[in-house]
Amino acid sequence: MTTLVFLEHHEGELQKGSLGVLGKAAGLGHPVSGIILGSGVEGLAADAGRYGAATVYVADDPRLEAPLPQPRVDALAQLVEEKGIETVLFAQSILSADIAAALAARLDAGLNWQLVDLEEQDGVLVGKQSALGDSVLVDVGWTSTPRLGLFRAGVFDPVETGAAGTLERLDVRFEEHSLLAEMLEQAHEETSGPSIEDASVIVAGGRGLGAPEGFGMVEELAKALGGAVGATRAVVDAGWYPYASQVGQTGKNVSPALYVACGISGAIQHKVGMQGSKVIVAINKDPNAPIFEFADLGVVGDVSQIVPKLTELVRARSS
Amino acid sequence: MKIAVCVKQVPDAAVTKRIDPATKRLDRSGEAALNPVDANAVEEALRIRDASGEGEVVVVSLGPEKALDALRKALAMGADRAVLVSDDAAAGSDLVATSYALARALERESADLVLFGQQASDGDGALLWAAVAERLRRPMISQAAELTFENGSVTGKRQTEFGYDVIRASLPAVVAVADSINEPRYPSLKGIMGAKKKPQDVVTLSELGIEPDRAGSAGSRTEVLALSAPPPRGDTRKIEDDGSGAEKILEFLAEKRLVQ
Amino acid sequence: MSRAASRVRPSDYPPPFSPAEVIAAPTDPSGERIEVGLLVVGAGPAGLACAIRFGQLLEESPETAERLGDVPVAVVEKGAKPGSHLLSGAVVNPRGLRRLFKGRLTMNDLPTFGEVHGEAVYMLTKSTSIRVPPPPTMRNHGNYVASLAQLGRFLAEQAEESGAAILPETDAQKLLVADGRVQGIRTGDKGRGRDGQKLPNFESGSDIVARITVLAEGTQGHLTGAAISHFGLEGAHPQLWALGVKEVWKVPKPLGHIVHTLGWPLRKPARYGEFGGSFIYPMGADLVSLGFVAGLEYRDVEFSVHDVLQQFKTHRIVRKILRDGERVAWGAKTITEGGYHALPKRFNAPGMLLVGEGAGLVNVPALKGIHYGVESGILAAETAFRALQRGESPSRPGALDGYDEALRSSWVTKELHAVRNMRQVFDKGFFVGGALASAMTVTKGKLPPREFSSEPNARHALMKTDRAKSYPAPDGKLTFDKLSSVFLSGNRTRDDQPNHIRLERHVPRELAELWVNMCPARVYELGDADGDGTVTVELSPSNCVQCGAITAKGGRLTPPEGGSGPEYTLA
Repeated sequence: MTTLVFLEHHEGELQKGSLGVLGKAAGLGHPVSGIILGSGVEGLAADAGRYGAATVYVADDPRLEAPLPQPRVDALAQLVEEKGIETVLFAQSILSADIAAALAARLDAGLNWQLVDLEEQDGVLVGKQSALGDSVLVDVGWTSTPRLGLFRAGVFDPVETGAAGTLERLDVRFEEHSLLAEMLEQAHEETSGPSIEDASVIVAGGRGLGAPEGFGMVEELAKALGGAVGATRAVVDAGWYPYASQVGQTGKNVSPALYVACGISGAIQHKVGMQGSKVIVAINKDPNAPIFEFADLGVVGDVSQIVPKLTELVRARSS
Repeated sequence: MKIAVCVKQVPDAAVTKRIDPATKRLDRSGEAALNPVDANAVEEALRIRDASGEGEVVVVSLGPEKALDALRKALAMGADRAVLVSDDAAAGSDLVATSYALARALERESADLVLFGQQASDGDGALLWAAVAERLRRPMISQAAELTFENGSVTGKRQTEFGYDVIRASLPAVVAVADSINEPRYPSLKGIMGAKKKPQDVVTLSELGIEPDRAGSAGSRTEVLALSAPPPRGDTRKIEDDGSGAEKILEFLAEKRLVQ
Repeated sequence: MSRAASRVRPSDYPPPFSPAEVIAAPTDPSGERIEVGLLVVGAGPAGLACAIRFGQLLEESPETAERLGDVPVAVVEKGAKPGSHLLSGAVVNPRGLRRLFKGRLTMNDLPTFGEVHGEAVYMLTKSTSIRVPPPPTMRNHGNYVASLAQLGRFLAEQAEESGAAILPETDAQKLLVADGRVQGIRTGDKGRGRDGQKLPNFESGSDIVARITVLAEGTQGHLTGAAISHFGLEGAHPQLWALGVKEVWKVPKPLGHIVHTLGWPLRKPARYGEFGGSFIYPMGADLVSLGFVAGLEYRDVEFSVHDVLQQFKTHRIVRKILRDGERVAWGAKTITEGGYHALPKRFNAPGMLLVGEGAGLVNVPALKGIHYGVESGILAAETAFRALQRGESPSRPGALDGYDEALRSSWVTKELHAVRNMRQVFDKGFFVGGALASAMTVTKGKLPPREFSSEPNARHALMKTDRAKSYPAPDGKLTFDKLSSVFLSGNRTRDDQPNHIRLERHVPRELAELWVNMCPARVYELGDADGDGTVTVELSPSNCVQCGAITAKGGRLTPPEGGSGPEYTLA
């Protein structure tokens, strides 16, 4: 079973998510290769080897410089056909999702997404897909090769094997339509912090903050953790924070790596907006607040004491 | 400019979604509504048409007959025409089969611009549109939060994990819009009443020239094997703050590698 | 049990509202008005039956259809879809439906859960249940169990097939009246922010003008109340309401028969004013619909129908029915219960007809009104059709009196008349007519007679006991809190729209508590004390499931933006 992992990179570094998938694939016991596409990226091949790739394919081409999906589809399709690769795996990102789907169409290959795990059952590859807001786990399979799999962001941590991979260079033949999109400006940072939907950390406040001023400390903690600020419907209704930050049934749906709920009771209208968060920490002075039923760590206490202290500790640690 | 908007009818978000254990697929038998971000795509198409003073907005969908309801909502908003690909043989289609059928339907339209909503609320994974773009062999822009046009090209601004990009693509192009792109209009009463009279075509797969082995389960390359309950979230820990609450949280975050 | 009586009455703190606000002349330029022939307000059983019957008559009379223009019949509905705001038990008497679909469909073609297969009535105490033998007057034989929400959706499809334009997500804000006659309605704006400001996608409401307007708004109809006031149609006695809260459960063990209960958890002594009971209906083999209904004349500020329902479920016989089950739906709605004495003195005005529950046509002791809605809808359609014939003018005074004559001589009025004094003799319950007599026998007449009161619900002085202590804490399996229940109703009302509930915000604490406990959707909360003995009432209007209880108890519900509110599918 030959497996290829698409390795995304940004500003000279291979992305953690891709390396995690690489490690997972290597752990299945068959030889795994990685592919790095871009311009001036050969230097990244060593890392790919170190994190599990036996072979590292590199296509270095100015036409691959911008992180656009379609030229990458050309490269992957070409490699899959040339080498008879049976399985291609991706770690979820905006770019990878576009590539995986287009590649599925190009190769008429099955694509399973939202995967949180992958197993071999009696020689057959089975994916574990998390569906319906994480309420059900679905075993999914492929009825033909090549098989494409798209993993949820951050499900696997990279595993250093310390080995070196063999480098193989790839010359890509691009389709005409793949070159019809052009990146005019790339990856401009916004002046404000991450938007709530993209943030990997969200610190959210609810009525338990006591007063609108409570959001001051929520913002400080968010800043210290590099995250965005969220709010419950109750406080948005009361005018304490703008609607754009509202998380919940009638606000936004978020699934960050960390959600810190400050003074939030956890009523279901809020829960459905954030229950997909990987780790939930809750601080509330009401020991019966429903949020404690699903928070990974719940602290019954006074937010106005705990939150500023936590901010201080986080800042101290990173300096 | 002729704009085709691909829309989908999805189980109503107000109703609890469930997977039917018998078919192992999403139970779509209940209430259904227009996929929320498709309304943004329809709105964007209408704005583009209205800004240029001419053109046509066609909404295209693949689904059962009752998907006409979702199409009618788009017509009520102001779209000109609707095309529904409806065929029992399409049931059980995965991404490969669905994108194939949709691409064939869109080829008939020869639109200058094909719009999708970036995500479907029924678990589509925001992927269908890219597969369709590839089948149409046209350039694509995803996550568009703003669109502008010049002669022969469309430029989209979009948000990524790293900041925002500006991408220009030659027309005809395929664009997936994010829900931040606009605020969809409410259909006016006149619009709702007039929707019924607008042209609505229902076509079968064979009318699109789609062979039976490329449709439904036969045309799919993935399958659902089993359903199970997800692993429990993990133990929830609840502690009383004895003055060291903040420290305990930091310890926890460090353990989970969520801080340096 | 501590008991404190106060002299506070909800009616002493009227909301900032006047029915006159709801009446207006058309304002859209005539070219922009939407013109229809027959306009029906409300896609419930009465309104849809009216539209369907009218469509049948137009089928036989194409000239009439042509004269009515492009849109001969339109039905406006404030819910997201027909059925979204329909809620009932329900055990439906098929009489009206059979007449409506005569020669076209039979009851088997309609979405029901089949005929009633037996029934039982129980008198409950906290730990026991006494079966009351079904009386000879029991009328549920031959009736059908149904979900009114499902039935409504079906009837809407039938109405569309018969040529009606159904306009969901459309609220009727004003009744258009000019030159002494009803000319149509004005629909509400969409896209206003919390302070009433116009948002980027603001869409103004429209005038819909019609030759005849049929008000089929159901309980607490917004235009209906204003119309009755404007045209002086009030009946001999004030209208009264009960509040019902219901749930639908998926259960592994089918319940074979319908059940009604009286007694616990309601308190017997008349001073509490707690009258009502429960229903438990099987919906097919795997669903059960159960609910609790209580008259809104209760006095205790801690009374909460939702919580009484939760308490009721802890009774042994109910636990048994719900064992290993899962709650799949929840909803709440008021029921018009003034009966015959509260019927409007006329059901029509120039250009307007009143049908269904909005017109007071509910048989309270039997808790049946759907068939009255259907029958009144049919009669209204027939009158409207005649009044729209060549040479007739529907807005001429008396032109629509034929409807009143037909309704007054129909079986609807006969039945309502027969039970008109039941409120006097009824001790506890609504449902079972003579079964109550049996109940009285069983308890040797100890059940006190229900006080015949012509007091509006809001005029009763409040008291406070510690009733809330007996409500079970929600366990998330059998008993549930209000917020998660609102979630289950499918309510996704847009948060940042103007508040649609008119209420006096600074009131004595007891009154605020009354509202906080009364509301099944937790719209009201106690705010800060204002220092002069009053407190501020805080609102979360987007929780509102538009049950109408607030209108009966001192406030006023008005329709929020069209499409808001619950999305009942099984209610």
